[in-house]
Amino acid sequence: MDLGSLLNALILGVSIASIWLIAALGLTIIYGTAGVINMAHGELIMLGAYSSYMLQFYLGLPYLLCLPASFVIVGLVLERCLIRYLYNRPLDTLLATYGVSLVLMQGVRLLFGSDPKYLAVPEIFQSNVMLGSVSISVFRVVVLLVTTLLVLALWLLFYKTRFGVQVRAVMQNKEMAASFGINSGRIYMMTFALGAGLAGVAGALFGVLAIVLPTMGASYVVQAFLMVVVGGGSLAGSVVASGATGELQSVFAFFTNDTLARFIIFVLIVVFLRFRPQGLFAQAGARR
Amino acid sequence: MKITRRNILKTTVAASVTLAMPHLWLPKSGEAWGATLKKGEPIKVGLLFSLTGSLAVPEEDSTLVMQYAIDEINKAGGVAGVPIEPVIVDAKSDFSVYSEKAKELILRDKVIAIFGCYTSASRKAILPTVMQRDHLLYYPTCYEGAECTQNTICTGPLANQHSQDLIPFMVQQFGKRVFFVGSNYVWPKESNKNAKVWLEKAGGELLGEEYIPLGSSEFGPVLNKIRDANPDFIFSTVVGASDIAFHKQFKQEGFKVDKMPIASLTTGEIETRAMGAEFGAGHFLSAPYFQSLDTPTNHKFVESFLKSKYGKNGTTHYNMEETYTSAYVFKAGFEKAAAAVGFENVTPRIIRDHSGGVRVEDDISPEGLVWIDEDNFNTWLKPKIGQCQADGTFKIVKAAEKHVAPNPYSIYPDAGVCTKDGLKAPDGKIRKNVI
Repeated sequence: MDLGSLLNALILGVSIASIWLIAALGLTIIYGTAGVINMAHGELIMLGAYSSYMLQFYLGLPYLLCLPASFVIVGLVLERCLIRYLYNRPLDTLLATYGVSLVLMQGVRLLFGSDPKYLAVPEIFQSNVMLGSVSISVFRVVVLLVTTLLVLALWLLFYKTRFGVQVRAVMQNKEMAASFGINSGRIYMMTFALGAGLAGVAGALFGVLAIVLPTMGASYVVQAFLMVVVGGGSLAGSVVASGATGELQSVFAFFTNDTLARFIIFVLIVVFLRFRPQGLFAQAGARR
Repeated sequence: MKITRRNILKTTVAASVTLAMPHLWLPKSGEAWGATLKKGEPIKVGLLFSLTGSLAVPEEDSTLVMQYAIDEINKAGGVAGVPIEPVIVDAKSDFSVYSEKAKELILRDKVIAIFGCYTSASRKAILPTVMQRDHLLYYPTCYEGAECTQNTICTGPLANQHSQDLIPFMVQQFGKRVFFVGSNYVWPKESNKNAKVWLEKAGGELLGEEYIPLGSSEFGPVLNKIRDANPDFIFSTVVGASDIAFHKQFKQEGFKVDKMPIASLTTGEIETRAMGAEFGAGHFLSAPYFQSLDTPTNHKFVESFLKSKYGKNGTTHYNMEETYTSAYVFKAGFEKAAAAVGFENVTPRIIRDHSGGVRVEDDISPEGLVWIDEDNFNTWLKPKIGQCQADGTFKIVKAAEKHVAPNPYSIYPDAGVCTKDGLKAPDGKIRKNVI
């Protein structure tokens, strides 16, 4: 356990954090804006992986093109067909999206079977770079880059555009925003599509790192919810929460083992939420 | 009768008491669950695997191959001249559903035997039911042992059969420094205890041992530790989706298979296909069966299974073969029992008592001749070591010369010996149904 190994653990922490963050991004936006607890988020991630698989398998698109394509497909098709009928019924959304998640999981299983699918990526993504004694996997860097770009893009979207002003207005006071002529239904629709699309991108990335299966969503969604709760439902909160827990996970796992590290993190989170139940950066007015 | 609340209540109570009546006639715990066989009616067996949920990947294949085996047996005249009828249920990867469905299969469907389960957790969930009804479970996959019940027949390799050749082979080929990685539950931990015994005998050195939560797909921290320890090879008991993530990240983190191969007890054809052959190539697996086994029986099995309507997933692997063989173990045991006590008197327990020593010859068993141990009702088999090739198939690099005896208590000599009647402790006491 020398300095090199510790450096390895710290760098890995950034990578773990970016994976958790990208799983949580879509969830954060949907929850932060519309207050919807989207139980189907894991299955949206799964759909993202399957849509990339389909584009690769049936259209022969290269992987890098599948990434943005999965965003469009999952985000728009699903929102238009299903989710838009669920808005404005806050309590029902939890149950309804859970139902949606079951339907999606079974639907994909019926269509594609329960055997895992394979996402092909360029050979270069499957290698690593050594910087001294520090090893960096190329694909993890890709995940990190995509996550950083998405966070930047979202920040610009929410704080530098007209659409962002409208979203924040709807978040703070739906009725007041409506009286200024903002169509809150449309805003909800667009943020949900955006959130779902982000899940799609996550799915396309996770399919390469791990496995493409109808049940793959479940393993990410708990972690994603955790990040949203600790972060308080805001974009900045999720970024900080993922960063901190990702690093802690990696460093604890370095000194102890993976199972114990998870346990310690859960304990820390419970203690944290005992003293700050609203999370790191609570959204002003997000509660309704 | 007027429809009043009181009348509805009365009728409901009367109806439920009547419906509950069969429970009054149930035999008490430990008594034989009477014969349910009638001349001219098919023999019912239960197929208790998960078709949905996280365990569906291996267990759906088990259901398919079992149906294929039953079709094949029925076409060839059935068991003792009577066709088998499978009762297929979906255990939904949920352990409470397993035990509920096991009860249903025994009490409602009156099956003569249950073929089922993949994980040790699901087996342990249904064993109390199976033992209470003195019923019969065919458990067709590898498992950790340390169990001695009078109601199970296992057709997969035990921990002692699995790693006995693999560990010395790897030590000899690649070096003595090894790192253990496993999923965090009973089977990997027990298997690793066994492997340590073989490792010590082979003069190997254990550098580290890490367990990953079941279903987890983040192997970064573990791979970091492996990089630090720099072993000669990795011994893996990681299962399922995690296993695929493990092999993928192994390559993505820059580990080289020719310098540090993974020797696994579970990474078979189904896994290498799912991860992509480039991630599996070069790694090792110990199993009694490989799709590439070059025998006429296996060629016939692979070809006709993949062509059949059950071969839709496009592969055969050790788990499927062990399930397929279990159907023939059942056939042989049943016919022996029927010849001894008469067809209508056959009960699950009588089949079990006649299954000791039952052989599945190499013209039927794709892995080659296997037979059931007369004491512990596990399988004598020949473990083989395969190396994954660039196309995802396995090349067999070593096969045991002789059949290896199953020993469920190989690393617990103090526990005693598993016999037909129970676990016989060194002091001569016999304990029944030890799980």
